[in-house]
Amino acid sequence: MIRYVIPAVLFAVLVGFLYVGLDLNPREVPSPFIGKTAPAFELPELGNSERKLTPEDMKGQVWLLNVWATWCPGCRQEHDTLLRLSQQNIAPIIGFDYKDEPDKALAWLRQLGNPYLLVVEDLDGRAAIDWGVYGAPETFIIDAAGIVRYKFIGPLNDAAVAQDIVPWIEKLKAEAKS
Amino acid sequence: MIPEIGHFALVLALCVSFVQAVVPLWGSLTGRASWVALAAPSAQLQAFLVAISYAVLTWSFIISDFSVLYVANTSNTELPMIYRISGVWGAHEGSLLLWALILSGWTLAVSLFSRGIPSVMLARVLSVMAMISVGFLLFVLITSNPFERLFPVPVEGQDLNPLLQDFGLAVHPPMLYMGYVGFAVAFSFAIAALIGGRLDMAWARWMRPWTALAWAFLTVGIALGSWWAYYELGWGGWWFWDPVENASLMPWLVGTALMHSLAASEKRGVFKAWTVLLAVFAFSLSLLGTFLVRSGVLTSVHAFASDPERGVFILGFLVATIGCSLLLYAWRAPRLMRSGSFSAVSRESGLLLNNVLLVVFCATVLLGTLYPLALDALNMGKLSVGPPYFNTVLIPLGVPLAIAMGIGSLVRWKQDKLSRIAKGLALAAVASLLAGAVVPWLMGGYFWGAVLGSALGTWVILTTCQALIERFKNKGLSVASAKQVPSSFYGMCLAHVGIGVLIIGITLTSHYSVEKDLRMAPGEVFDVSGYRFEFVGVTEEEGPNYDAFVGLVKVTSGGKQVAELYSEKRRYRVQTMPMTEAAIDPGLFRDLYVALGEEIGSDGAWAVRIYYKPFVRWIWLGCLMMGAGGILTVLDRRYKLASRRELRAQAVQPQQVTA
Amino acid sequence: MKIQSVFLTLCLVLSPGVLLAGIEAKPFDDPGKERLYNQLVADLRCLVCQNQNLADSNAELAVDLRRQVAEMVTRGDTGQQVSDYMVERYGEFVLYRPPLSSRTAVLWLGPLLALLLALFIAWRITGNRQSTELGGVSEDDIARARDLLNK
Repeated sequence: MIRYVIPAVLFAVLVGFLYVGLDLNPREVPSPFIGKTAPAFELPELGNSERKLTPEDMKGQVWLLNVWATWCPGCRQEHDTLLRLSQQNIAPIIGFDYKDEPDKALAWLRQLGNPYLLVVEDLDGRAAIDWGVYGAPETFIIDAAGIVRYKFIGPLNDAAVAQDIVPWIEKLKAEAKS
Repeated sequence: MIPEIGHFALVLALCVSFVQAVVPLWGSLTGRASWVALAAPSAQLQAFLVAISYAVLTWSFIISDFSVLYVANTSNTELPMIYRISGVWGAHEGSLLLWALILSGWTLAVSLFSRGIPSVMLARVLSVMAMISVGFLLFVLITSNPFERLFPVPVEGQDLNPLLQDFGLAVHPPMLYMGYVGFAVAFSFAIAALIGGRLDMAWARWMRPWTALAWAFLTVGIALGSWWAYYELGWGGWWFWDPVENASLMPWLVGTALMHSLAASEKRGVFKAWTVLLAVFAFSLSLLGTFLVRSGVLTSVHAFASDPERGVFILGFLVATIGCSLLLYAWRAPRLMRSGSFSAVSRESGLLLNNVLLVVFCATVLLGTLYPLALDALNMGKLSVGPPYFNTVLIPLGVPLAIAMGIGSLVRWKQDKLSRIAKGLALAAVASLLAGAVVPWLMGGYFWGAVLGSALGTWVILTTCQALIERFKNKGLSVASAKQVPSSFYGMCLAHVGIGVLIIGITLTSHYSVEKDLRMAPGEVFDVSGYRFEFVGVTEEEGPNYDAFVGLVKVTSGGKQVAELYSEKRRYRVQTMPMTEAAIDPGLFRDLYVALGEEIGSDGAWAVRIYYKPFVRWIWLGCLMMGAGGILTVLDRRYKLASRRELRAQAVQPQQVTA
Repeated sequence: MKIQSVFLTLCLVLSPGVLLAGIEAKPFDDPGKERLYNQLVADLRCLVCQNQNLADSNAELAVDLRRQVAEMVTRGDTGQQVSDYMVERYGEFVLYRPPLSSRTAVLWLGPLLALLLALFIAWRITGNRQSTELGGVSEDDIARARDLLNK
């Protein structure tokens, strides 16, 4: 008579999955670059197209890549958090201005403050595709060897910075020293 | 003040439901006739109260009472009246209230149209339905109250999502809910029978019309959704295997299996445990669908509310309802009498095969829908499961199902020999293969899918016709003999032909549609399948709550004018959401479809999408035929006659029904 | 603001025409390439409006990715190459057809196994029916019969 219990058992398994599922975010797409070398790009600096930046230039230090744009409301949301993070001076933040207008971007930074060591602009979005960017804001942490170690999707907040970003940076810096 | 009346009515309805859930059931178990008699009146009172609540919410929409938060979020003074009324179910809270309304409506119907059913059984059925009502009303009142107020009262509302400002919205959700919620009746009958401990053919006969009716509504509801997406979304598709679409398809599949199982239970007393389980599954899948749409667990274009808090509540409700039902099943089902045997070649076998295939089909859809979630929950990464998967895996399951349908309609109950029907089957098979060879040639290209689909669709239709013919073989065809055949038989025939039509529609439109994105300057033409599309130009227009670019494309065939297609690109003023209104020239054998894109360049050239879609209407025509077939089943005189007989029998002595 | 609502807003705000379904006149000389393109953009998932494939979505990212696919197809890349390119950047999430691997074994083989299992069970049931010819009395009825006899 065990077979009459099978539906109930199967249902219990289903419920288990659904319950766990409530805490998950189905929209979040993890980056396939975690643990891999940072994708290459060569992008001009915002406001100074003579100067170009590549991830190679940042090797030797732990750094953050923050994808943002003036049309992105979440970026406006996280801007103050970013400023605070940059003031901690633990790792440089490179801004990645995604599909934006340079004038607007410069005005934005002037108005709201500039947390970035440097900002590169990706006007047509091709470099962003190489990084698997699918929305702004996104923040990557790259270690001293040039490997992507962590990706944060969505606007940063102080709690996330304290719980995730800063510990990661500290850990990677310690790794680099040893 | 008025919204509070609605709120209060809902609270009262909850109290009445609670009484209705507990008292009649307890009375039926302890033999208290007066308690049992409470079932119908309380059901009616509950329905009345929920109706008041719903009417109040609708009234708030009509007068644009923005002091009600839900109205402020979902409506607007510029919104045309019909969308104010249909907008009531345009978002989460209101749609839940609609759910509750429809549930109380079905409960009312069961309480009114069940004269042949013994009062004890009826009381139990109504009690179970009330338990479901309690759950839903609690959900609404605790987490999703549509009567919440907003201060300060805004001058203007946020407007209904422009996507929903459409005739399709006015009909698709209510029809769908009538189906979903209607399975609660079958569910309640099953639970009531499990509680009572006796399942017999009479029980199956009582349950069958309710199930068929719910199934018919669900069929039409799904078809409407597909049709609505087709003409509204501008991409010519009619099914996308979106999680919420799947959530409506799964109860339909199980509901179909249930109807067939019920036929066997009613006529031959077999498959009773199956029937009970299927009834539980069908409604469980409806509830699961409700969960999926509102919990944020899956990404879907339909998702109402992505709120894990509400999700926990619904999940709890799911566990309580389905968990208890399945435990009850595990406890009681072993005691059900297994009666009736049948040989390997019999209609019972055919129906068993049918049920097995449908359930596996449904399980596959469930697997594909939930697999991404399962992997994520097990920390195995993220995955997408979309149309390529479903199409690849489900077609091989559909083929034996279609073949079995043909054989099943012709084979006799209990015992039959294949040799008896072999000749008829062979005839149908040959004709089908012929169709499979000829139709693709007529349509202009050979694809194995087109061959298979044409053959199967023809097979289903022809074998159904044969079943019809055989029915009249002995008596001869006349009005009198036609009247003698029960309407459920005609219902079966119509529904099965509907499936054949559906298969052909899907096959032909999938393989022979032509879709082109073109840059067209005024005067340019494009030819496809004998039709000439000429792009005339674009003008600007103002609508009630939107501004639009209107593009005109003239279609001619052999020089004669076929259609003038006006496609619009609208910008809604409040939500500033741009939207395309595609222009369609519908036809029984083909649709001509034009959608306006963006302006390209400065010479008046626009990007235009042109579709030629052959036989796409057959998809919904097939569904309508199925729905009509379901309704015919409900109207079967035998149910009325049987119930009259039962009433007389009850008056004489308590019913002793053997299985 | 939850992440989902951020993306949903982005989806609506970014797309210059939410339901213009990516109507872009794409010139392909070779009908074979056009077919490949259409098939690829239908089987790739849009990451912004995640309920649509690349063909139907009008999110800016979708526009960019369609352009990318068109370029790759025009220069002669195979479907597998385009697919790999996307997976490299976005993970397997971007494919609507889940690739066959150990973690998708249950997904792809499950239905077949379920069918075989179910058919086997059905065959067993039919077999049992034939042997119990109008038998199969339930325990409940035996108990009732006993009661009646004992009265």
